[in-house]
Amino acid sequence: MLDIPHIGFIVAAYGVAFVAIAAMIAAVTLDYRQLTAQLQRLEGRRHPGDGA
Amino acid sequence: MWNLANPSVFLALTRRLVPWLALLTAALFAIGLAMGFAAPPDYQQGETVKIMYIHVPAAWLSTFIYGVMALASLGTLVWRHPLADAAQKAAAPLGAGFTFVCLVTGSLWGRPMWGTYWVWDARLTSVLVLFILYLGLIALWRSIDDPGRAARAAAILTLVGTVNLPIIKFSVDWWNTLHQPASVFRMDGPTIAPALLWPLLIMALAFTLLFLTLHLMAIRNEILRRRLARLTMIAAAEGDALSHELAAGGAR
Repeated sequence: MLDIPHIGFIVAAYGVAFVAIAAMIAAVTLDYRQLTAQLQRLEGRRHPGDGA
Repeated sequence: MWNLANPSVFLALTRRLVPWLALLTAALFAIGLAMGFAAPPDYQQGETVKIMYIHVPAAWLSTFIYGVMALASLGTLVWRHPLADAAQKAAAPLGAGFTFVCLVTGSLWGRPMWGTYWVWDARLTSVLVLFILYLGLIALWRSIDDPGRAARAAAILTLVGTVNLPIIKFSVDWWNTLHQPASVFRMDGPTIAPALLWPLLIMALAFTLLFLTLHLMAIRNEILRRRLARLTMIAAAEGDALSHELAAGGAR
């Protein structure tokens, strides 16, 4: 495997693609979690009896 | 289409669709990568051709996403679809991400094949311009406070930027470039051997489904952000201290 010519470039290309895609997935997911948490706090404050 | 303008309908649809789309995307990536690594090496490029399975789908997506944004811009300016600006805003960071992958993997493919990481030829430069356009659109959205004005300004800039799409597509035909000409979407059919073409097409489908999944999730986030901004304003009017915390945290 390691004796394949230019293996470093192939591994680097797949590594960069993996990190960039993982970052996009993480950004969208964390944004969703943060927004839903803020919404729950705000709606809980406005309607304190709803969660009981 | 207009039924989806109702945020509640869109949120319900997204809740049902996203898990299935995510599963399908993961399965296609697994199949595409397995087929790609099992595919024979290219007679000229050897194993470095494996970079094609991520570079080419990312390149296709970089222009496809801009096309989606242009359509959403028309939705904002012409048809005034309520979710068009959310779709446009949500697509810009994804477009920038896939264009970044295209540029970096292309550079890493170019070094062993061309002897250089970068050359200022028409194809590479026009894709770099596309990447800068995406960054400019993200910055534009963040720099204008009024969402309506931001949406119109971003829509106009997006439509102006569409002039770059045919330049990217035909740059390899119009000018002498180091980049190879089209080898899949040609009038006389693909010039790639089927053993290399099939993994490429499956990876392209996987990338497209990944974009569709992330785009739906990001539009959902935009709807929630607007709901949060509206509730924050109502709470601020009522003198709620939490609304000041959320406003300071950037709930807009």
